[in-house]
Amino acid sequence: MRTPLFVLIWLVIGGVLFAVSVALGNDYVFFAGYVVLQYVVLGTAWNILGGYCGYVNFGSAAFFALGAYSTVAIYKFYPLPIPLLLPISAVVSGVVGFGMGYLTLRLRGAFFAIATLALAVVLETLVVNWDYVGGSRGAYIIRPEEIEPIGNYIRYLFLIMLLLAIGAITVARLIERSRLGYGFATIRDDELAAEASGVPTLRLKLTATTISGALMGMAGAPFPYYIGYLQPSSTFGLDYAVNSIAMPLIGGTTSWVGPLIGALLLGSMQQIATVTISSAVNLLIVGCVLVAFVIVVPNGIIGLFHTYLQRKPDDFVGRRRLDADLPGSVP
Amino acid sequence: MSELLQIDNLGKRFGGFVALENITLSVRAGERLGLIGPNGSGKSTLVNCICGTLRHEQGSVRFDGRTLDGLIAHQRTHLGLARSFQLPRPFVSLSLIDNIRIPLLYTVAARGTHRAAREVEDRCSDLLREVGLQAKAHHLPRDLTQVEMRKLELARAMAAEPKLLIADESMAGLTHSEIQDILTLLVRLNERGVTIILIEHIMRAVMSFSQRLVVLVSGRKIADGRPDEVVRNPEVEKAYLG
Repeated sequence: MRTPLFVLIWLVIGGVLFAVSVALGNDYVFFAGYVVLQYVVLGTAWNILGGYCGYVNFGSAAFFALGAYSTVAIYKFYPLPIPLLLPISAVVSGVVGFGMGYLTLRLRGAFFAIATLALAVVLETLVVNWDYVGGSRGAYIIRPEEIEPIGNYIRYLFLIMLLLAIGAITVARLIERSRLGYGFATIRDDELAAEASGVPTLRLKLTATTISGALMGMAGAPFPYYIGYLQPSSTFGLDYAVNSIAMPLIGGTTSWVGPLIGALLLGSMQQIATVTISSAVNLLIVGCVLVAFVIVVPNGIIGLFHTYLQRKPDDFVGRRRLDADLPGSVP
Repeated sequence: MSELLQIDNLGKRFGGFVALENITLSVRAGERLGLIGPNGSGKSTLVNCICGTLRHEQGSVRFDGRTLDGLIAHQRTHLGLARSFQLPRPFVSLSLIDNIRIPLLYTVAARGTHRAAREVEDRCSDLLREVGLQAKAHHLPRDLTQVEMRKLELARAMAAEPKLLIADESMAGLTHSEIQDILTLLVRLNERGVTIILIEHIMRAVMSFSQRLVVLVSGRKIADGRPDEVVRNPEVEKAYLG
């Protein structure tokens, strides 16, 4: 399927989704849906580095928060419309992604994961001590009540996140089918052999961290408007890091479909649990589902389908990826 | 014939251990060179220094009229250096045909040879056919036998359309007829103008393949010349038989 057709189909699906949500007449649907869609973007972004290249990033929250705090910083200076904030956040998070990549990509496996986790801690400390964006007190963003012609502002935010999610899966799918996608796969499999085959591994890894970071930043840009009150400890919270890893792993990491399925499934489960049980049970659900999947279906739901269809599932998801595979010793 | 590869006074240490010491070696374009030596004599280290996997501290490597020192491995591959690994290192999540596709997409394309997707596809199939793996084109490397894995390794190196191919122990552990298969492949490649350095323990294979033989012992080059003369060299005999 060609990309314009792919985008068109998803726009139609998105349009139907939006229309149905409006028809339901309950704005809570938009509040819940926004979060699920936000995780579609985060999961897809994580998967570009984690799934395609095999580098596990535990710092998703940092990139997400960077996007959110870019919005806050700009809001304090002069409030801009969200469509303008998106590219700004993308640039900020993308640049940090590039920088992080440059500093840490010599590390592999668990060491890379720890370095990315450290990035989140460092950035949180910075934000806590930066008074302009509210410091540890947090920052208030006044969300407008209505916006023409959509109506309630939450519907507008939902729509933005919906378009962003479509954008993210389109980017992921484009990468998968391109030269870049093949290059990423060789990095995941064997970097020495990749170099020997002429793949410029460092440049590709930097491309991946930049794209991944930029997408995460974009997911965070509208967040202050959604939440109204932005607090460092929750914005840099573990939820984002864990969810953006768990969702692709549950869905399957070798294709753009995986993070999408994982985010829809796990994201909806969490939203339902928040309403029916309690909001604290969220991460417990993620933990249990993740453990179950790693043991029973290590290739994710996509892998399950591949096995079911008697095709060879791609031999590289979940279990092995999380191992601390050190760079192979040179023979 | 002109020099394709020129190694000058190359030295490499791992901490206090001298892996290679003052290696000087030149390989002419179109030559078939055998490189032998006992285990741990530095053969693979030399390959790694030539290909940029390891950085040497001393001396220089020139290839095709330009110095390689400081170039990263993939840049050397783009210049026309290809290698196979001692232990096959296929891309495990990619099918065989996609394994072959990588050098075509990244190395051949980087040289400015533009190919349409269809042509790349055909070229991949041709290469797989040449090594007899076309039937498994859409399988994953884990479905391969040991000899097939080595053929894949060679096919992937060939796909980069190299000027110089370094085959690092591509026959270890294979049967007589399998060795013959690989040798035939290498000779055919050489006839098309590719210079080949063969690193091997199996003497019968090395002797039948090489036009010239170089012996490394403890990181030093102790012999370099016609194969039949080199194996009669007392120093070589001593190194091998003690």
